Amino acid sequence: METLLSRYRNVTVLLLVIFAQLILLAYQVKNDSDVRLIRVWAVTAVTPLARTLEGARGGTTGFLQNYVVLRDTRSENQKLRSELGKLKLENQFLKTELATADRAKALEAFETHTPSKMVGARVIATAAGGSNTAVFVDRGSTSGVEKGMAVVTPDGIVGKVLAAYPTASQVLLVTDPSFAAGVVSQKNHVRGILKGMGHGTCKVDYVQNEEKVETGEWFYTSGDDRIFPKGMPAGQVTAVRPGGSFLEIAVEPSGLANGLEEVLIILEGVHQEIPEVKAAAAPIYLAPPPPTEGAGAAAQTGPTGGPNANSGLATDADKMREHYKEIGDAQNHKFGDNPPGTKAVDFNLQPKPGEKPGPAPTGAGTASKPVPPAPKTTTSDPASPTQ
Amino acid sequence: MRYSDDHVLLHTQRETQISRFRAWVLFLVPLAAILFQVYVPLFFQFLAYLELPLIVTVYFALMRRSPIGGLFVGALVGLAQDSLSKNPLGMFGITKTIIGYVAASVGLRLDVDHPLIRLILGFFFFVFHQFIFWALSRGLLGQSMNFETQRTLVLGLLNAIVAVSLFHFLDKLKERA
Repeated sequence: METLLSRYRNVTVLLLVIFAQLILLAYQVKNDSDVRLIRVWAVTAVTPLARTLEGARGGTTGFLQNYVVLRDTRSENQKLRSELGKLKLENQFLKTELATADRAKALEAFETHTPSKMVGARVIATAAGGSNTAVFVDRGSTSGVEKGMAVVTPDGIVGKVLAAYPTASQVLLVTDPSFAAGVVSQKNHVRGILKGMGHGTCKVDYVQNEEKVETGEWFYTSGDDRIFPKGMPAGQVTAVRPGGSFLEIAVEPSGLANGLEEVLIILEGVHQEIPEVKAAAAPIYLAPPPPTEGAGAAAQTGPTGGPNANSGLATDADKMREHYKEIGDAQNHKFGDNPPGTKAVDFNLQPKPGEKPGPAPTGAGTASKPVPPAPKTTTSDPASPTQ
Repeated sequence: MRYSDDHVLLHTQRETQISRFRAWVLFLVPLAAILFQVYVPLFFQFLAYLELPLIVTVYFALMRRSPIGGLFVGALVGLAQDSLSKNPLGMFGITKTIIGYVAASVGLRLDVDHPLIRLILGFFFFVFHQFIFWALSRGLLGQSMNFETQRTLVLGLLNAIVAVSLFHFLDKLKERA
Protein backbone atom coordinates (compact mmCIF):
# COMPACT_ATOMS: atom_id res chain seq x y z
CA MET A 1 0.00 0.00 0.00
CA GLU A 2 2.76 2.35 1.00
CA THR A 3 4.63 1.54 -2.19
CA LEU A 4 1.53 2.17 -4.22
CA LEU A 5 0.98 5.57 -2.63
CA SER A 6 4.60 6.59 -3.08
CA ARG A 7 4.51 5.41 -6.66
CA TYR A 8 1.42 7.46 -7.39
CA ARG A 9 2.34 10.23 -5.03
CA ASN A 10 1.40 13.10 -7.33
CA VAL A 11 -1.99 11.75 -8.22
CA THR A 12 -2.67 10.89 -4.58
CA VAL A 13 -1.89 14.40 -3.43
CA LEU A 14 -4.01 15.80 -6.25
CA LEU A 15 -6.96 13.66 -5.25
CA LEU A 16 -6.53 14.53 -1.59
CA VAL A 17 -6.46 18.29 -2.27
CA ILE A 18 -9.48 18.06 -4.56
CA PHE A 19 -11.30 15.90 -2.03
CA ALA A 20 -10.61 18.41 0.75
CA GLN A 21 -12.02 21.20 -1.35
CA LEU A 22 -15.02 19.10 -2.29
CA ILE A 23 -15.72 18.60 1.43
CA LEU A 24 -15.41 22.37 1.91
CA LEU A 25 -17.76 22.98 -0.98
CA ALA A 26 -20.25 20.36 0.17
CA TYR A 27 -20.29 21.86 3.66
CA GLN A 28 -21.21 25.27 2.26
CA VAL A 29 -23.83 23.98 -0.14
CA LYS A 30 -25.38 21.54 2.33
CA ASN A 31 -25.63 24.00 5.21
CA ASP A 32 -26.24 26.99 2.96
CA SER A 33 -23.57 28.75 4.96
CA ASP A 34 -20.22 30.28 4.26
CA VAL A 35 -16.71 29.67 5.55
CA ARG A 36 -16.75 33.16 6.87
CA LEU A 37 -13.32 33.25 8.45
CA ILE A 38 -11.44 32.78 5.18
CA ARG A 39 -13.51 35.38 3.40
CA VAL A 40 -13.17 37.87 6.25
CA TRP A 41 -9.40 37.48 6.14
CA ALA A 42 -9.27 37.87 2.40
CA VAL A 43 -11.60 40.85 2.24
CA THR A 44 -10.00 42.57 5.21
CA ALA A 45 -6.59 42.10 3.61
CA VAL A 46 -7.68 43.38 0.23
CA THR A 47 -9.90 46.31 1.30
CA PRO A 48 -7.10 48.62 2.53
CA LEU A 49 -5.13 47.89 -0.62
CA ALA A 50 -8.13 48.64 -2.79
CA ARG A 51 -8.80 51.85 -0.88
CA THR A 52 -5.18 52.90 -1.25
CA LEU A 53 -5.25 52.10 -4.95
CA GLU A 54 -8.46 54.08 -5.36
CA GLY A 55 -6.96 57.06 -3.58
CA ALA A 56 -3.75 56.84 -5.56
CA ARG A 57 -5.69 56.53 -8.80
CA GLY A 58 -7.66 59.69 -8.10
CA GLY A 59 -4.52 61.65 -7.30
CA THR A 60 -2.47 60.25 -10.14
CA THR A 61 -5.19 60.78 -12.73
CA GLY A 62 -5.58 64.41 -11.75
CA PHE A 63 -1.84 64.97 -11.69
CA LEU A 64 -1.21 63.32 -15.05
CA GLN A 65 -4.05 65.14 -16.75
CA ASN A 66 -2.82 68.47 -15.54
CA TYR A 67 0.78 67.62 -16.36
CA VAL A 68 -0.11 66.84 -19.95
CA VAL A 69 -2.05 70.08 -20.18
CA LEU A 70 0.93 72.02 -18.85
CA ARG A 71 3.34 70.42 -21.29
CA ASP A 72 1.15 71.24 -24.27
CA THR A 73 0.79 74.82 -23.14
CA ARG A 74 4.52 75.26 -22.62
CA SER A 75 5.27 74.36 -26.20
CA GLU A 76 2.73 76.90 -27.33
CA ASN A 77 3.63 79.89 -25.22
CA GLN A 78 6.10 80.02 -22.39
CA LYS A 79 4.66 83.10 -20.84
CA LEU A 80 1.08 81.93 -20.74
CA ARG A 81 1.98 78.43 -19.73
CA SER A 82 2.03 78.87 -16.02
CA GLU A 83 -1.06 81.03 -15.95
CA LEU A 84 -3.03 78.78 -18.23
CA GLY A 85 -1.87 75.68 -16.45
CA LYS A 86 -2.79 77.17 -13.16
CA LEU A 87 -6.23 78.06 -14.38
CA LYS A 88 -6.76 74.64 -15.91
CA LEU A 89 -5.49 73.00 -12.78
CA GLU A 90 -7.91 75.07 -10.78
CA ASN A 91 -10.68 74.41 -13.25
CA GLN A 92 -10.02 70.71 -13.20
CA PHE A 93 -9.93 70.72 -9.46
CA LEU A 94 -13.18 72.65 -9.25
CA LYS A 95 -14.83 70.41 -11.80
CA THR A 96 -13.81 67.36 -9.86
CA GLU A 97 -14.98 68.97 -6.66
CA LEU A 98 -18.24 69.98 -8.30
CA ALA A 99 -18.84 66.55 -9.74
CA THR A 100 -18.11 64.97 -6.39
CA ALA A 101 -20.29 67.52 -4.64
CA ASP A 102 -23.10 66.99 -7.17
CA ARG A 103 -23.01 63.26 -6.69
CA ALA A 104 -22.84 63.65 -2.94
CA LYS A 105 -25.60 66.25 -3.05
CA ALA A 106 -27.81 64.03 -5.18
CA LEU A 107 -27.28 61.12 -2.83
CA GLU A 108 -27.88 63.34 0.18
CA ALA A 109 -31.05 64.79 -1.33
CA PHE A 110 -32.30 61.34 -2.18
CA GLU A 111 -31.41 60.12 1.28
CA THR A 112 -33.27 63.05 2.85
CA HIS A 113 -36.40 62.66 0.77
CA THR A 114 -36.59 58.92 1.10
CA PRO A 115 -38.13 57.72 4.33
CA SER A 116 -35.84 54.66 4.46
CA LYS A 117 -32.76 54.84 6.65
CA MET A 118 -29.66 54.58 4.49
CA VAL A 119 -25.91 54.74 4.60
CA GLY A 120 -23.73 55.93 1.73
CA ALA A 121 -20.96 53.68 0.38
CA ARG A 122 -18.31 53.80 -2.31
CA VAL A 123 -17.55 50.98 -4.75
CA ILE A 124 -13.93 49.94 -4.27
CA ALA A 125 -13.55 46.68 -6.20
CA THR A 126 -15.28 44.05 -8.28
CA ALA A 127 -15.58 40.45 -7.20
CA ALA A 128 -13.01 38.03 -8.57
CA GLY A 129 -13.99 35.61 -11.27
CA GLY A 130 -14.51 37.80 -14.29
CA SER A 131 -18.30 37.84 -14.14
CA ASN A 132 -18.42 41.54 -13.22
CA THR A 133 -21.79 41.15 -11.54
CA ALA A 134 -20.69 41.63 -7.95
CA VAL A 135 -18.76 44.48 -6.36
CA PHE A 136 -17.26 45.42 -3.04
CA VAL A 137 -18.28 48.61 -1.22
CA ASP A 138 -16.37 50.29 1.58
CA ARG A 139 -19.07 49.90 4.24
CA GLY A 140 -19.27 46.78 6.33
CA SER A 141 -20.81 45.36 9.44
CA THR A 142 -19.18 48.07 11.58
CA SER A 143 -21.39 50.59 9.73
CA GLY A 144 -24.49 48.54 10.41
CA VAL A 145 -24.58 46.75 7.07
CA GLU A 146 -26.01 43.24 7.13
CA LYS A 147 -26.40 40.46 4.62
CA GLY A 148 -29.52 40.82 2.49
CA MET A 149 -29.82 44.60 2.69
CA ALA A 150 -30.89 46.48 -0.41
CA VAL A 151 -28.41 48.67 -2.31
CA VAL A 152 -29.79 51.55 -4.37
CA THR A 153 -28.93 54.83 -6.07
CA PRO A 154 -31.28 57.74 -6.73
CA ASP A 155 -31.78 56.26 -10.21
CA GLY A 156 -32.94 52.86 -9.02
CA ILE A 157 -32.04 49.61 -7.39
CA VAL A 158 -28.47 48.36 -7.70
CA GLY A 159 -28.39 45.02 -5.92
CA LYS A 160 -28.34 43.44 -2.52
CA VAL A 161 -25.66 42.77 0.07
CA LEU A 162 -24.37 39.26 -0.43
CA ALA A 163 -21.99 39.30 2.52
CA ALA A 164 -21.04 41.91 5.09
CA TYR A 165 -17.49 41.96 6.43
CA PRO A 166 -16.15 44.33 9.07
CA THR A 167 -14.67 46.87 6.66
CA ALA A 168 -16.43 46.08 3.41
CA SER A 169 -19.46 44.36 1.91
CA GLN A 170 -19.99 42.32 -1.20
CA VAL A 171 -22.93 43.45 -3.30
CA LEU A 172 -24.64 41.22 -5.85
CA LEU A 173 -25.71 43.41 -8.75
CA VAL A 174 -29.12 43.26 -10.40
CA THR A 175 -27.45 41.99 -13.57
CA ASP A 176 -26.28 38.75 -11.94
CA PRO A 177 -28.26 35.69 -13.09
CA SER A 178 -28.80 34.62 -9.47
CA PHE A 179 -30.34 37.97 -8.53
CA ALA A 180 -34.11 38.20 -8.11
CA ALA A 181 -36.47 40.92 -6.85
CA GLY A 182 -40.21 41.37 -6.86
CA VAL A 183 -41.34 44.13 -9.21
CA VAL A 184 -44.58 45.66 -10.40
CA SER A 185 -45.23 47.64 -13.56
CA GLN A 186 -46.18 51.28 -13.19
CA LYS A 187 -49.04 51.45 -15.65
CA ASN A 188 -50.97 48.21 -15.38
CA HIS A 189 -49.58 47.02 -12.03
CA VAL A 190 -48.41 43.73 -13.47
CA ARG A 191 -46.31 41.78 -10.98
CA GLY A 192 -43.22 39.79 -11.88
CA ILE A 193 -39.72 38.81 -10.81
CA LEU A 194 -36.75 40.89 -11.93
CA LYS A 195 -33.78 38.70 -12.80
CA GLY A 196 -30.29 39.47 -14.06
CA MET A 197 -29.08 38.23 -17.43
CA GLY A 198 -25.36 38.41 -16.70
CA HIS A 199 -24.63 40.87 -19.50
CA GLY A 200 -25.73 44.24 -18.18
CA THR A 201 -29.43 43.75 -18.79
CA CYS A 202 -32.29 42.20 -16.84
CA LYS A 203 -35.56 40.47 -17.54
CA VAL A 204 -38.89 40.33 -15.77
CA ASP A 205 -40.04 36.75 -15.43
CA TYR A 206 -43.33 35.02 -14.53
CA VAL A 207 -45.62 37.52 -16.24
CA GLN A 208 -48.45 35.75 -18.03
CA ASN A 209 -48.77 36.23 -21.78
CA GLU A 210 -52.24 37.68 -21.24
CA GLU A 211 -50.90 40.56 -19.13
CA LYS A 212 -50.31 43.92 -20.75
CA VAL A 213 -46.78 45.32 -20.57
CA GLU A 214 -45.59 48.02 -22.92
CA THR A 215 -42.15 49.01 -24.13
CA GLY A 216 -40.92 52.06 -22.26
CA GLU A 217 -43.00 51.23 -19.21
CA TRP A 218 -41.30 51.40 -15.82
CA PHE A 219 -41.06 48.63 -13.28
CA TYR A 220 -40.89 49.45 -9.58
CA THR A 221 -40.07 47.23 -6.64
CA SER A 222 -43.17 45.63 -5.19
CA GLY A 223 -41.78 45.04 -1.70
CA ASP A 224 -42.85 41.40 -1.85
CA ASP A 225 -39.28 40.12 -1.58
CA ARG A 226 -38.79 41.78 1.82
CA ILE A 227 -35.46 43.16 0.59
CA PHE A 228 -36.33 46.22 -1.45
CA PRO A 229 -38.93 48.63 -0.10
CA LYS A 230 -41.92 49.10 -2.36
CA GLY A 231 -41.79 51.95 -4.85
CA MET A 232 -38.11 52.07 -5.85
CA PRO A 233 -37.44 52.29 -9.60
CA ALA A 234 -36.11 49.00 -10.97
CA GLY A 235 -35.82 49.63 -14.68
CA GLN A 236 -37.47 50.47 -17.96
CA VAL A 237 -38.84 47.93 -20.41
CA THR A 238 -36.81 47.82 -23.62
CA ALA A 239 -38.55 44.92 -25.35
CA VAL A 240 -41.60 42.71 -24.84
CA ARG A 241 -42.56 39.58 -26.72
CA PRO A 242 -44.75 36.58 -25.94
CA GLY A 243 -42.93 33.48 -24.75
CA GLY A 244 -43.94 29.88 -24.02
CA SER A 245 -46.23 30.61 -21.11
CA PHE A 246 -44.76 33.86 -19.84
CA LEU A 247 -43.92 37.12 -21.50
CA GLU A 248 -40.27 37.74 -22.31
CA ILE A 249 -39.66 41.23 -20.95
CA ALA A 250 -36.22 42.82 -21.30
CA VAL A 251 -35.50 45.56 -18.81
CA GLU A 252 -32.65 48.03 -18.61
CA PRO A 253 -31.78 48.45 -14.94
CA SER A 254 -31.95 52.13 -14.09
CA GLY A 255 -29.69 51.93 -11.04
CA LEU A 256 -26.64 51.07 -13.14
CA ALA A 257 -27.40 53.45 -15.99
CA ASN A 258 -25.05 56.22 -14.83
CA GLY A 259 -22.15 54.08 -13.73
CA LEU A 260 -21.50 52.78 -10.28
CA GLU A 261 -19.34 54.81 -7.93
CA GLU A 262 -21.41 55.76 -4.91
CA VAL A 263 -24.37 53.79 -3.67
CA LEU A 264 -26.76 53.81 -0.73
CA ILE A 265 -27.36 50.80 1.45
CA ILE A 266 -30.85 50.69 2.96
CA LEU A 267 -30.51 49.89 6.64
CA GLU A 268 -34.21 50.22 7.43
CA GLY A 269 -36.54 50.17 4.46
CA VAL A 270 -39.84 52.05 4.34
CA HIS A 271 -42.35 51.20 1.66
CA GLN A 272 -43.48 53.99 -0.64
CA GLU A 273 -46.27 54.43 -3.14
CA ILE A 274 -45.59 53.70 -6.76
CA PRO A 275 -46.03 56.95 -8.69
CA GLU A 276 -49.03 56.98 -11.00
CA VAL A 277 -48.60 57.46 -14.70
CA LYS A 278 -49.40 61.06 -15.55
CA ALA A 279 -52.10 61.51 -18.19
CA ALA A 280 -51.33 63.73 -21.10
CA ALA A 281 -52.14 67.23 -19.89
CA ALA A 282 -51.75 68.98 -23.22
CA PRO A 283 -55.02 70.32 -24.68
CA ILE A 284 -56.30 68.45 -27.70
CA TYR A 285 -57.32 70.50 -30.72
CA LEU A 286 -60.73 69.70 -32.21
CA ALA A 287 -61.49 70.95 -35.68
CA PRO A 288 -64.94 72.49 -36.28
CA PRO A 289 -67.58 70.07 -37.63
CA PRO A 290 -68.12 69.95 -41.39
CA PRO A 291 -70.86 72.19 -42.78
CA THR A 292 -74.19 70.47 -43.40
CA GLU A 293 -77.22 71.30 -45.49
CA GLY A 294 -79.60 73.69 -43.78
CA ALA A 295 -77.11 74.37 -41.07
CA GLY A 296 -78.34 77.94 -40.76
CA ALA A 297 -81.92 76.90 -40.08
CA ALA A 298 -80.86 74.17 -37.78
CA ALA A 299 -78.81 76.61 -35.82
CA GLN A 300 -81.99 78.48 -35.05
CA THR A 301 -83.79 75.44 -33.74
CA GLY A 302 -80.92 73.53 -32.22
CA PRO A 303 -81.20 72.30 -28.68
CA THR A 304 -78.55 74.62 -27.47
CA GLY A 305 -78.95 77.24 -30.05
CA GLY A 306 -75.32 76.84 -30.98
CA PRO A 307 -73.92 76.34 -34.42
CA ASN A 308 -73.46 72.63 -33.79
CA ALA A 309 -77.13 72.07 -33.17
CA ASN A 310 -78.79 69.49 -35.40
CA SER A 311 -75.64 69.09 -37.39
CA GLY A 312 -74.95 66.09 -39.52
CA LEU A 313 -72.94 64.60 -36.69
CA ALA A 314 -76.02 64.30 -34.41
CA THR A 315 -76.61 60.87 -32.91
CA ASP A 316 -79.91 59.02 -32.64
CA ALA A 317 -80.21 60.25 -29.06
CA ASP A 318 -79.74 63.83 -30.25
CA LYS A 319 -82.43 63.37 -32.88
CA MET A 320 -84.79 61.89 -30.32
CA ARG A 321 -84.16 64.75 -27.94
CA GLU A 322 -84.75 67.25 -30.74
CA HIS A 323 -87.99 65.48 -31.67
CA TYR A 324 -89.28 65.58 -28.07
CA LYS A 325 -88.30 69.21 -27.77
CA GLU A 326 -90.33 70.10 -30.86
CA ILE A 327 -93.31 68.23 -29.42
CA GLY A 328 -92.90 70.10 -26.16
CA ASP A 329 -92.54 73.47 -27.92
CA ALA A 330 -95.64 72.80 -30.02
CA GLN A 331 -97.64 72.28 -26.82
CA ASN A 332 -95.94 75.14 -24.96
CA HIS A 333 -94.43 72.69 -22.58
CA LYS A 334 -91.10 73.20 -21.02
CA PHE A 335 -89.49 69.98 -20.00
CA GLY A 336 -88.26 69.93 -16.43
CA ASP A 337 -90.77 72.56 -15.32
CA ASN A 338 -93.86 70.60 -14.35
CA PRO A 339 -95.79 72.20 -11.51
CA PRO A 340 -98.73 70.17 -10.15
CA GLY A 341 -101.73 70.28 -12.43
CA THR A 342 -99.72 70.72 -15.60
CA LYS A 343 -101.13 68.86 -18.50
CA ALA A 344 -99.02 66.05 -19.72
CA VAL A 345 -97.40 66.32 -23.09
CA ASP A 346 -99.01 64.40 -25.89
CA PHE A 347 -96.12 62.56 -27.44
CA ASN A 348 -98.35 61.22 -30.21
CA LEU A 349 -98.77 64.71 -31.60
CA GLN A 350 -96.61 65.17 -34.64
CA PRO A 351 -95.70 68.85 -35.01
CA LYS A 352 -95.56 70.14 -38.56
CA PRO A 353 -92.32 71.57 -39.72
CA GLY A 354 -92.15 75.30 -39.10
CA GLU A 355 -95.20 75.25 -36.85
CA LYS A 356 -95.21 77.99 -34.26
CA PRO A 357 -96.08 77.01 -30.76
CA GLY A 358 -99.68 77.90 -30.02
CA PRO A 359 -101.14 79.07 -26.75
CA ALA A 360 -101.18 76.55 -24.02
CA PRO A 361 -104.39 74.63 -24.00
CA THR A 362 -106.37 75.34 -20.87
CA GLY A 363 -107.81 72.05 -19.99
CA ALA A 364 -109.08 72.59 -16.48
CA GLY A 365 -111.65 69.94 -16.88
CA THR A 366 -109.35 67.59 -18.68
CA ALA A 367 -108.51 64.52 -16.81
CA SER A 368 -104.94 64.52 -15.88
CA LYS A 369 -102.98 61.67 -17.29
CA PRO A 370 -99.95 60.17 -15.68
CA VAL A 371 -96.96 62.21 -16.58
CA PRO A 372 -94.30 60.21 -18.36
CA PRO A 373 -90.75 60.73 -17.25
CA ALA A 374 -89.72 63.82 -19.11
CA PRO A 375 -86.39 63.68 -20.88
CA LYS A 376 -83.98 65.82 -19.03
CA THR A 377 -82.53 68.54 -21.16
CA THR A 378 -79.11 69.74 -20.52
CA THR A 379 -77.34 72.80 -21.67
CA SER A 380 -73.96 71.30 -21.32
CA ASP A 381 -72.89 70.19 -24.72
CA PRO A 382 -69.31 68.96 -24.56
CA ALA A 383 -68.84 69.46 -28.24
CA SER A 384 -70.19 72.95 -28.16
CA PRO A 385 -67.57 75.67 -28.49
CA THR A 386 -69.69 77.88 -26.24
CA GLN A 387 -68.75 75.74 -23.26
CA MET B 1 9.64 28.16 -38.96
CA ARG B 2 9.41 24.45 -38.32
CA TYR B 3 9.67 22.79 -34.96
CA SER B 4 10.53 19.18 -34.83
CA ASP B 5 9.83 16.95 -31.86
CA ASP B 6 13.42 17.51 -30.75
CA HIS B 7 12.63 21.15 -30.15
CA VAL B 8 9.25 20.68 -28.56
CA LEU B 9 9.77 17.61 -26.42
CA LEU B 10 12.31 17.57 -23.61
CA HIS B 11 14.92 14.84 -23.47
CA THR B 12 17.94 16.00 -21.60
CA GLN B 13 18.52 16.77 -17.95
CA ARG B 14 19.57 20.30 -18.88
CA GLU B 15 16.28 20.98 -20.55
CA THR B 16 14.24 19.80 -17.61
CA GLN B 17 15.94 22.22 -15.29
CA ILE B 18 13.50 23.58 -12.75
CA SER B 19 13.09 27.32 -12.57
CA ARG B 20 13.28 28.78 -9.10
CA PHE B 21 11.72 31.95 -7.82
CA ARG B 22 12.20 34.06 -4.74
CA ALA B 23 9.56 33.76 -2.06
CA TRP B 24 8.31 37.30 -2.56
CA VAL B 25 7.77 36.65 -6.24
CA LEU B 26 5.70 33.57 -5.47
CA PHE B 27 3.62 35.63 -3.03
CA LEU B 28 3.36 39.02 -4.68
CA VAL B 29 2.76 38.02 -8.30
CA PRO B 30 -0.40 35.95 -7.61
CA LEU B 31 -1.57 38.64 -5.17
CA ALA B 32 -1.09 41.33 -7.79
CA ALA B 33 -2.94 39.18 -10.32
CA ILE B 34 -5.91 38.79 -7.98
CA LEU B 35 -5.89 42.48 -7.08
CA PHE B 36 -5.80 43.34 -10.75
CA GLN B 37 -8.87 41.20 -11.31
CA VAL B 38 -10.87 42.78 -8.50
CA TYR B 39 -9.84 46.37 -9.03
CA VAL B 40 -9.01 47.20 -12.65
CA PRO B 41 -12.37 46.06 -14.17
CA LEU B 42 -13.99 48.84 -12.15
CA PHE B 43 -12.63 51.25 -14.74
CA PHE B 44 -12.04 49.00 -17.73
CA GLN B 45 -14.87 46.49 -17.81
CA PHE B 46 -13.51 44.48 -20.74
CA LEU B 47 -10.47 43.58 -18.62
CA ALA B 48 -12.75 41.53 -16.38
CA TYR B 49 -12.32 38.71 -18.88
CA LEU B 50 -8.58 38.64 -18.38
CA GLU B 51 -7.86 35.65 -16.14
CA LEU B 52 -4.57 36.82 -14.70
CA PRO B 53 -4.72 34.44 -11.69
CA LEU B 54 -5.00 31.55 -14.13
CA ILE B 55 -2.13 32.80 -16.26
CA VAL B 56 0.07 33.17 -13.19
CA THR B 57 -0.88 29.70 -11.95
CA VAL B 58 -0.07 28.17 -15.31
CA TYR B 59 3.25 30.00 -15.44
CA PHE B 60 4.49 28.89 -12.03
CA ALA B 61 3.29 25.34 -12.60
CA LEU B 62 4.97 25.14 -16.01
CA MET B 63 8.22 26.64 -14.83
CA ARG B 64 8.61 24.76 -11.57
CA ARG B 65 7.77 21.48 -13.28
CA SER B 66 6.51 19.95 -10.06
CA PRO B 67 2.96 18.55 -10.19
CA ILE B 68 2.57 18.77 -6.41
CA GLY B 69 3.94 22.31 -6.33
CA GLY B 70 1.72 23.23 -9.25
CA LEU B 71 -1.42 21.88 -7.69
CA PHE B 72 -0.73 23.69 -4.42
CA VAL B 73 -0.08 26.98 -6.20
CA GLY B 74 -3.32 26.44 -8.09
CA ALA B 75 -5.26 25.57 -4.95
CA LEU B 76 -4.02 28.62 -3.05
CA VAL B 77 -4.60 31.06 -5.90
CA GLY B 78 -8.00 29.53 -6.57
CA LEU B 79 -9.10 29.69 -2.94
CA ALA B 80 -7.93 33.29 -2.68
CA GLN B 81 -9.93 34.07 -5.79
CA ASP B 82 -12.92 32.23 -4.35
CA SER B 83 -12.76 34.21 -1.15
CA LEU B 84 -13.17 37.44 -3.15
CA SER B 85 -15.85 36.08 -5.43
CA LYS B 86 -19.54 35.33 -4.97
CA ASN B 87 -18.97 31.60 -5.48
CA PRO B 88 -18.72 29.07 -2.67
CA LEU B 89 -15.13 28.46 -1.57
CA GLY B 90 -13.61 25.69 -3.64
CA MET B 91 -14.98 26.35 -7.10
CA PHE B 92 -11.93 28.17 -8.40
CA GLY B 93 -9.83 26.20 -5.92
CA ILE B 94 -10.64 22.82 -7.47
CA THR B 95 -10.44 24.22 -10.99
CA LYS B 96 -7.03 25.76 -10.54
CA THR B 97 -5.75 22.75 -8.59
CA ILE B 98 -6.40 20.60 -11.63
CA ILE B 99 -4.95 23.24 -13.96
CA GLY B 100 -1.81 23.54 -11.80
CA TYR B 101 -1.31 19.79 -11.78
CA VAL B 102 -1.85 19.35 -15.51
CA ALA B 103 0.31 22.38 -16.35
CA ALA B 104 3.20 21.06 -14.27
CA SER B 105 2.86 17.65 -15.88
CA VAL B 106 2.92 19.25 -19.32
CA GLY B 107 5.93 21.33 -18.27
CA LEU B 108 7.84 18.11 -17.64
CA ARG B 109 7.38 17.01 -21.22
CA LEU B 110 7.37 20.15 -23.35
CA ASP B 111 9.77 23.00 -23.95
CA VAL B 112 7.65 25.65 -22.32
CA ASP B 113 10.17 28.41 -22.98
CA HIS B 114 9.12 28.69 -26.58
CA PRO B 115 6.58 31.50 -27.32
CA LEU B 116 4.48 29.38 -29.68
CA ILE B 117 4.19 26.58 -27.15
CA ARG B 118 3.27 29.16 -24.54
CA LEU B 119 0.61 30.63 -26.78
CA ILE B 120 -0.95 27.23 -27.41
CA LEU B 121 -0.76 26.28 -23.75
CA GLY B 122 -2.23 29.60 -22.68
CA PHE B 123 -5.16 29.07 -25.01
CA PHE B 124 -5.62 25.44 -24.03
CA PHE B 125 -5.52 26.06 -20.29
CA PHE B 126 -7.97 28.97 -20.50
CA VAL B 127 -10.53 26.85 -22.36
CA PHE B 128 -9.85 23.91 -20.04
CA HIS B 129 -10.26 26.17 -17.00
CA GLN B 130 -13.59 27.53 -18.25
CA PHE B 131 -14.82 24.06 -19.05
CA ILE B 132 -13.94 22.65 -15.61
CA PHE B 133 -15.57 25.63 -13.91
CA TRP B 134 -18.68 25.23 -16.04
CA ALA B 135 -18.83 21.49 -15.32
CA LEU B 136 -18.41 22.08 -11.58
CA SER B 137 -21.08 24.79 -11.57
CA ARG B 138 -23.55 22.49 -13.25
CA GLY B 139 -22.55 19.31 -11.46
CA LEU B 140 -21.92 20.50 -7.94
CA LEU B 141 -23.97 23.67 -7.62
CA GLY B 142 -26.77 22.77 -10.03
CA GLN B 143 -26.49 26.08 -11.83
CA SER B 144 -28.00 26.16 -15.31
CA MET B 145 -25.07 27.85 -17.02
CA ASN B 146 -24.46 27.66 -20.74
CA PHE B 147 -20.99 26.95 -22.04
CA GLU B 148 -20.47 29.71 -24.57
CA THR B 149 -18.02 28.01 -26.87
CA GLN B 150 -17.44 30.83 -29.33
CA ARG B 151 -16.93 33.41 -26.62
CA THR B 152 -14.64 31.11 -24.68
CA LEU B 153 -12.47 30.47 -27.73
CA VAL B 154 -12.10 34.17 -28.47
CA LEU B 155 -11.32 35.00 -24.86
CA GLY B 156 -8.92 32.05 -24.79
CA LEU B 157 -6.99 33.53 -27.68
CA LEU B 158 -6.84 36.96 -26.06
CA ASN B 159 -5.74 35.49 -22.74
CA ALA B 160 -3.11 33.40 -24.53
CA ILE B 161 -1.66 36.51 -26.17
CA VAL B 162 -1.52 38.28 -22.80
CA ALA B 163 -0.04 35.13 -21.26
CA VAL B 164 2.88 35.09 -23.71
CA SER B 165 3.74 38.70 -22.87
CA LEU B 166 3.32 38.15 -19.16
CA PHE B 167 5.42 34.97 -19.22
CA HIS B 168 8.18 36.93 -20.91
CA PHE B 169 8.07 39.51 -18.12
CA LEU B 170 7.91 36.87 -15.38
CA ASP B 171 10.93 35.11 -16.87
CA LYS B 172 12.96 38.07 -15.69
CA LEU B 173 11.96 37.35 -12.11
CA LYS B 174 13.46 33.87 -12.21
CA GLU B 175 16.26 33.19 -9.77
CA ARG B 176 19.55 32.81 -11.59
CA ALA B 177 21.61 29.73 -10.83
